[in-house]
Amino acid sequence: MELSGGEIIVRCLKDEGVEYIFGYPGGAVLHLYDAIFQQDDVQHILVRHEQAATHAADAYARATGKPGVVLVTSGPGATNAVTGIATAYMDSIPMVVISGQVPTAVIGSDAFQEVDMVGITRPCVKHNFLVKRTEDIAETMKKAFYVATTGRPGPVVVDIPKDITEPGYKIPYHYPESIHMRSYNPAVMGHKGQIKKAVDLLLLAKRPIIYAGGGVILGEASEELTEITRMLGFPITNTLMGLGSFPATDKQFIGMLGMHGTYEANLAMHESDVILAVGARFDDRVTGKIAEFCPYAKIIHIDVDPASISKTVMVDVPIVGQVKPVLQQMIDLIQDSKMRPSEEALSAWWSQIDNWRSIDCLAYDRHSEIIKPQYVIEQLYQVTQGDAYITSDVGQHQMFAAQFYPFDKPRRWINSGGLGTMGFGLPAAIGAKLAFPDADVACITGEASIQMCIQELATALQYDTPVKIINLNNRYMGMVRQWQEFNYSGRYSHSYMDTIPDFVKLAESYGHVGIRVDKPEQVKDAIEQAFAMKDRTVFLDFMTDREENVYPMIEAGKAHHDMKLRVAPSAKTERELA
Amino acid sequence: MRHIISILIENEAGALSRVAGLFSARGYNIESLTVAPTEDSSLSRMTLVTRGNDHIIEQITKQLNKLVDVVKLIDLAEAVHIERELMLVKIHTTENSRAEVKRLNDIFRGKIIDVTAASYVVEMTGPSDKLDAFIHALDPDSIIEVVRSGPTGISRGEKGLHL
Repeated sequence: MELSGGEIIVRCLKDEGVEYIFGYPGGAVLHLYDAIFQQDDVQHILVRHEQAATHAADAYARATGKPGVVLVTSGPGATNAVTGIATAYMDSIPMVVISGQVPTAVIGSDAFQEVDMVGITRPCVKHNFLVKRTEDIAETMKKAFYVATTGRPGPVVVDIPKDITEPGYKIPYHYPESIHMRSYNPAVMGHKGQIKKAVDLLLLAKRPIIYAGGGVILGEASEELTEITRMLGFPITNTLMGLGSFPATDKQFIGMLGMHGTYEANLAMHESDVILAVGARFDDRVTGKIAEFCPYAKIIHIDVDPASISKTVMVDVPIVGQVKPVLQQMIDLIQDSKMRPSEEALSAWWSQIDNWRSIDCLAYDRHSEIIKPQYVIEQLYQVTQGDAYITSDVGQHQMFAAQFYPFDKPRRWINSGGLGTMGFGLPAAIGAKLAFPDADVACITGEASIQMCIQELATALQYDTPVKIINLNNRYMGMVRQWQEFNYSGRYSHSYMDTIPDFVKLAESYGHVGIRVDKPEQVKDAIEQAFAMKDRTVFLDFMTDREENVYPMIEAGKAHHDMKLRVAPSAKTERELA
Repeated sequence: MRHIISILIENEAGALSRVAGLFSARGYNIESLTVAPTEDSSLSRMTLVTRGNDHIIEQITKQLNKLVDVVKLIDLAEAVHIERELMLVKIHTTENSRAEVKRLNDIFRGKIIDVTAASYVVEMTGPSDKLDAFIHALDPDSIIEVVRSGPTGISRGEKGLHL
């Protein structure tokens, strides 16, 4: 069978098992689009802006664990995709981005719609390729999928000059079944001696905590994490990216940690004597001030990426390997060991944690006559019975979603954690809905974020992806305003939007349903109504409290025990808590 | 502390910029960098001199290893090794100074590889501090230009950095 370069690329995608490709056509990829037109195996989803193609593919990957695939043209198509590529890179999401390039003969001549895509994306991809011969396409595609999905996953860009996809030039097609790259050998199994050392440390711990991140979800290790946590009886906290890796409604779960983490999670980290860090990277939003981070703790760190270990925080027992087999080995060792963690010490530790819990750090005014954003999330949780795929944009609404929608399953919480990309939520919801057409999918957003990719309402209609948009509309860029309130004496410099569209009419003009909600007593009905419309995308525009803040908050550069709370504990409670 | 990192890397377009980009993106400094293909033309060998505390050097080697094009690397400074640098110096000479420059060149075991009525070009290899010493021994006003390759290095003993 002889195929042209364009046909080879499409055929590679089919052989790789790709269901959807998210893209936008243009001059440099016309041959490729012609090849897509002539087949039905891979379905193309036409977005309205290339950034959305990357976010939708990214969310598809987060929801399914399979790599997301993107196709964009050269020049502006490629640069528009960069934000989404960087988003996937920061959160280690497997993704293959095919970008068109000007013909090989004119590369470097500042040709129309030419950019050095390999150069531009170098710092925000796991790897990238410029393919110069039709003969190299199939092998490069195999390498791209291999690199994107193994080790610490990440986005890979394959830049394809137009001439190598020329329909008139056909060659025999062969897609390699497997590939070996001498320079790329990701770690699998952890070091046995280190794992033994870690288990010994855990069994002797008196004030232990498990701190688990997105790596557990990427490494499909939620079951093992849940098993070891229950086995040891330790408290567990999740990073923003790790939410859902352990059931959040379980009593051992003490909430998210970090800048907007719970009082109990942050204090338990601060006071702990042994930390088991699993697939987490000690991000600055988690650690706060490094010099005062967990001063009493010995730290065990399991990560597939050696460069993550001791990058910001020095650890005592590093274990490089895939989270899943390492946790399984630890479980086996604990089962074989006669030792168990001291019940006495653990029960004292738990009563300390329960004391911290008792201040109810997430409490908010439930009697308010204005809609509280937290209340909307709680009602969303009730209506969807905690089982929806939730995507979010970036800001206060993202933190409220993380705090008030407890995720019991992995891959349900889809947000831009590392890069913090506004505009992520709506295209992400479309990607998740395509992956799971029968599931409830909601995008929690704000009136600022949603406008960054609002054009994707058209994509949602075209491909019949009925998602529910939960717009927490406070007429401010809430998180920016909150920082300005705390740190700039309330000088709300450009965090206020004066000209906000009528979202109901906007949704209707895109062919969807729009509902505006002004009163707390209407919230639940509106959400129920939206989810009852199974086949419609519904835009719920909640007029929320303008000046609500996210608490607790560890301000940038402060330590875990230095939290700003909505209601500071009295001196008496503080003494009791200590 | 000064470290000399020796890297085997795929001899592919863009491999050098991946390494250079990593250093600038993460704020590490490069004192010198030399690169050329090895006896196996699919591989290049890079020698990179950098400075930093142990923590930074550990991160540098980990981040370099993470680059998909990097096959292997070692920090030569961790064991006994040999370093050599090539230098070419163009020196302005006068009738009075010619003999002195030649004598100095002999002491440092350099080679004079180009001669005009008013200049010499000296070729010299050695550890970087020897080359520094030669430069200091010259009359600064007589130096027309200095070209240095930056150090390359190899470990002592029978073990080596290869596939």
